[in-house]
Amino acid sequence: MSEAAPSPFANDRALKRLRRRRAADRRFRWYGRAAIGFALAALAVLMASIFAQALSAATYHVVRFRIDPAGIDSAAGTPQILQDVHEQIRASLDREFPEAADDPVLHRQLSGLVTRLAALSAAERIGQGGPGTTAPFDVQLPLSDDVDLYLKGVAARQVTVSLPAMQASANTETGQVTLAGPAALARIRAAAAPTNLHVGEASFLATAGRTTIRLETLSELSATGIVLSGAVGDFNGKPVRMRIVSLPEADRSVSDRQIAWALALQAEGRLRRVPHWALLARTDSTQPELAGTLAAIVGSLLTLLVTAALAIPVGILASIYLEEFAPKNRLTSLIEVNINNLAAVPSIVFGLLGAAVFLGVFGLPRSAPIVGGLVLALLILPVVIIAARAAMKAVPDSIRAGALAIGASRMQTVFHHVLPLAAPGMITGAILGMARALGETAPLLLIGMVAFVADVPRGPEDEASVLPVLIYSWATQAERAWEPMTGAAILILLVFLIAMNSVVVYLRARMDRKS
Amino acid sequence: MLSQLGHLPMDFLLVSAMIVLASAGFIAGRLKAESFAFSPDVRVHSRPNSHGFFVLMWALGPALLVALGYAILSGPLSRAWLQGELPSGFSSLRPGEMSNYLDAVARAGRLEGFASGERVFDTVTARYVQIRGEMNLAALALAVLLPAACLAWAHRRIGPDFRARVHVESGIEWFLFLCAAVAIATTVGIVASLVFESLRFFAAVPVQEFLLGREWNAQTSAEFGALPLFFGTFMIAFFAMLVAAPVGLYAAIYLSEYAGRQVRAVVKPVMEVLAGIPTVVYGFFALLVVAPLIRAAAVQVNGTLIQLGWASEPVFAAQPTSALAAGVVMGIMVIPFVSSLSDDVIRAVPQALRDGAYAVGATKSEAVRQVVLPAALPGIIAALLLAVSRAIGETMIVVMAAGHRAQISLDPTQDLTTITVQIVALLTGESGFDSPKTLSAFALGLALFAFTLVFNLVALGVVQRFRQKYE
Repeated sequence: MSEAAPSPFANDRALKRLRRRRAADRRFRWYGRAAIGFALAALAVLMASIFAQALSAATYHVVRFRIDPAGIDSAAGTPQILQDVHEQIRASLDREFPEAADDPVLHRQLSGLVTRLAALSAAERIGQGGPGTTAPFDVQLPLSDDVDLYLKGVAARQVTVSLPAMQASANTETGQVTLAGPAALARIRAAAAPTNLHVGEASFLATAGRTTIRLETLSELSATGIVLSGAVGDFNGKPVRMRIVSLPEADRSVSDRQIAWALALQAEGRLRRVPHWALLARTDSTQPELAGTLAAIVGSLLTLLVTAALAIPVGILASIYLEEFAPKNRLTSLIEVNINNLAAVPSIVFGLLGAAVFLGVFGLPRSAPIVGGLVLALLILPVVIIAARAAMKAVPDSIRAGALAIGASRMQTVFHHVLPLAAPGMITGAILGMARALGETAPLLLIGMVAFVADVPRGPEDEASVLPVLIYSWATQAERAWEPMTGAAILILLVFLIAMNSVVVYLRARMDRKS
Repeated sequence: MLSQLGHLPMDFLLVSAMIVLASAGFIAGRLKAESFAFSPDVRVHSRPNSHGFFVLMWALGPALLVALGYAILSGPLSRAWLQGELPSGFSSLRPGEMSNYLDAVARAGRLEGFASGERVFDTVTARYVQIRGEMNLAALALAVLLPAACLAWAHRRIGPDFRARVHVESGIEWFLFLCAAVAIATTVGIVASLVFESLRFFAAVPVQEFLLGREWNAQTSAEFGALPLFFGTFMIAFFAMLVAAPVGLYAAIYLSEYAGRQVRAVVKPVMEVLAGIPTVVYGFFALLVVAPLIRAAAVQVNGTLIQLGWASEPVFAAQPTSALAAGVVMGIMVIPFVSSLSDDVIRAVPQALRDGAYAVGATKSEAVRQVVLPAALPGIIAALLLAVSRAIGETMIVVMAAGHRAQISLDPTQDLTTITVQIVALLTGESGFDSPKTLSAFALGLALFAFTLVFNLVALGVVQRFRQKYE
C-alpha cells in the first residue's frame, strides 16, 4: 500500500490554490480579531476619555476666609446676609491685594476669584444662628472655575521651569523691575525656544514667595517686567519659578493678575487643593465650582422607586400569566407579539406617551419623579416580562408534574414550586430593567425633568432631575469647567450601574453552580 | 370645613382604608370558616385561609378600583368642574393659557394656607380647594362603603360547601391577566396618543406637506416639511450600520466559530458592556472626542485637497457637530445588538452542516462563508434590522452630536438633524399641546413609531421563521 494514488494536490497549481485558500482562511480569522479589537478599543477609549475628564474634577481649590458675624444682622434674611458676607470677602481680598483698589477692571477680576454664591452656605449658617456663629469663624470657599482649571493645568498649556535666585531691582519712576542673573535667563530662553514662545505674546510669569512679575523684555543680560502682585523684595535670594503660559492673555478666561493672586494665596497657604466631596453633597448650580449631584441622585432614587414598585410586580405577574395560565388563543399571541415589539419601541416614544397621557390627560405634575417613574416602568416592563418568562421556562416540567400529581392546584404549583425556583432569574431581569431605567434620558426630557432644580426633592411629586438628565444638561453647557464635572457625574452614574450589574453577575454565578 | 377636607392626605387615607378593609375581610372570612371547618361530620371543600382570602379579595378589589379611579379622575374632574364655574370673563383665555392658569391654581391649592395676595386668583384657588374637599369626601365614603358592602356579601356566601379556593384562584388568574394586559394598554396608549395628537396636527398642516415638504422651520411654526428630518435620520443610521454591521458580524463569527471557550467567556460580556452604557454617556463621548476629531480630519483633508489643486474651495463642511460623528458613535453603541443576536443564530446552525462542508474539503472560512452564513442569513438580517430600528430611534447621541439644521446633504461632516432631535427640541420646556409646533412632535413620533414598527415586525417574523427551521 506504499504506492498511494497520486494526490490531486500534488501539482504546482493545486498547491498554489491550497496556499491561497489557507491564506484566505487566516485573513478571515484576522478580520474577526480586528472586529473584536475595534469594539474593545472603542470601549477602552470611551472609558479612558471619561476617566481623564473626571480626574480633574476629583479635586478642587478652596480659599480660606475669616468671617466676622459681629457686624451682620442675622435676622435680615439670607439675601441680605449673603450680601454682607460677600462684602467681607471682597474687603479681605482688597486688603490682601491693594494694587486692585483703584482700577475697576482689576477690582472686578479680583472679586471674580470667588463667586458671590459661594458664600451662601456661610450666610445660611449665620442666618440659622447656631453655635459658633457669633464669634469669627473660618470658611473654605471654592475658587472660581476658570482659575481652578488654570491651577490644575487644564485651561491653558504652560511650561514651568525652576530657576536659581535672581537679582531684582525696581525703577521707582517707571515702576519697571529689572531681573538679572545670566544662568536663570539662559534657562528661561532654553525653555521658551522649543515651542517658539516670545515675550509679549505668551505670558512669562516669574514667581518668588508671594510675588509674581510678568516679563516685558528678555535679553541675554537682563529681563524687565512689572510686578503683578506683591513686592520686589520677595525676589532677593529666593528661588524663582517661571511659568510660560502659551495662550495670550486676551484669549483665555483667566488673566495674568488672577494667576498672580492665586499663586500668592497659595504661597500663604490660604488656597489649597482638596478632594471634591462637595460634588456629592451639593445640588445643581449655575456655577460649575458650586454644582453637585445630590439632588439628581435623590431624584434618580425616587424615580427608580416608583419604577420598581410598578414594573417589577406587574411584570412578574404578567409573565406568570403568559407562561403558566394563558390559553393558546389569538388574544394571548397578540399580547406576545405586542410585548416583543414594545421592547423595541424607541424610548422617546414612551416620553411622548407620558407627555400626552400622564401630563395632558391626567394632569400629573411636570418634572416629578412619579411621572418619570411611571414612564420608565412602562418602558422596562417588556424587559422584565421577557426575562421572567425565560426564568420560568428554565424550571423543569417535572417540578410542575410532581406538584400537580400530589394534588396541588395550578395556582399552588406555580406559587409554591415554580416561582421560588425561577426567582433568581426573575430578580436578574428586574435588576437589568432597573439599570436600563437608571440610564434612560430621552423620555424624561419630554416630561419636563430637564428643568433646573436646585433643591433636593422630598417626595415623588416634587420637582426633580435625575442623573442622566443632569449629565445631559451639564454636557451641553458652554463653559469649559463643565466638561470635567460632566465626566465626574458620568462616573457616579456608572458606579451605580456597575453595582447593579455586579448583583446580576453574582446571582448568575450562583444559578450556574446550582444547575 | 370643605376647604380643610381639600387638604386631606388622601394617599395615606385610601391606603389605610384598603389595609383595614382587607385585614377585616380576611379575619372575618377565616373566623366564619373556622366555625364550621373543624366539626368532624362536615366535609369542607376549602381550607379556612381560602375563605379568608375570598372575603379579602372582595373587600380589596372594590377598594383598589375606587383608589385607582380617584388617582386618575379626581384631578381632571375637579379642573373641569372649576372651569365650568369660572365667570364669563375667563372665556377670553386661550386653551393653553387656561390650562396654565388651572395648573397654577392646582399647585397653589396643594399648599395649605396659600395666599398670593391677588384677590381673583385666591378666590378661585379657595373654590378649587372646596371642590377637592367634596371630591375627597365622596371618594372616602365610596372607598369605605362599597368595599364594606362587598365584604358583607362575600362573607354571607361562605359555607361548608362553598368552593372558596376555586373562586380565589380564578380571581388571582384574572388579576394576572390584567397585569399582562398592561402591555396591551401601553401599546394602545402609545398609538392612541400619537394618532390623536397627529390628527390635530394634520388638521392644520396637510399630510403631503409634512411627508414631502423640504423646508422644516417648526420653531417658528412656519414650515413643516419633514423630509430633511427623515433624510438625516436614515443617513445617520446608515453611518451607524456602516460601523456596526461589519464589526458586529465579524465579531459574532469569530466568537461563535473560532474563539476558544475562555476567550469567549471574557470577550462576550465585555462587548455587552457597550450595550449597557447609558446613551447620554455616548452622547458626551461623541460631543467631546469624536466630533472634534472628525472636524479636524475634515479640515486637514480640505487643506490637502486645495494644496494639491484638486479642489478650489473646501470640499467638506467640517461642522463642529456632524452626522458622521453621531453615526460612528451610534454604530459603536449598536455593535452588541448585531453581534449578540448574530452569535445566537450562528450557533443555532446545526453542526451537521459544518461537518458536511469539512467532509468535502472546505477550509474553516469556506465552511463559514458558504454554508453557515447562508443558513443563518435570515437571523442575521433580523439582527441587522433590529439594529437599524435601534439606530433610528436613538435620541441622546444625535441630540448632543448631530446638530439642529434641517437640510438634505450627502456631506458626512455637515450637521444634520433627525426626527428624535426635533421631538426633543419641540417638546423640551413646553407645557401645552395646542400650537402646531408642539403637535408636530407627535406627528414626528408617529412617523418614528411607524418606521421602527416595520423594522421590528419584519425582524421578529424572520427570527420566528428561522427558529421553526432549526428547533
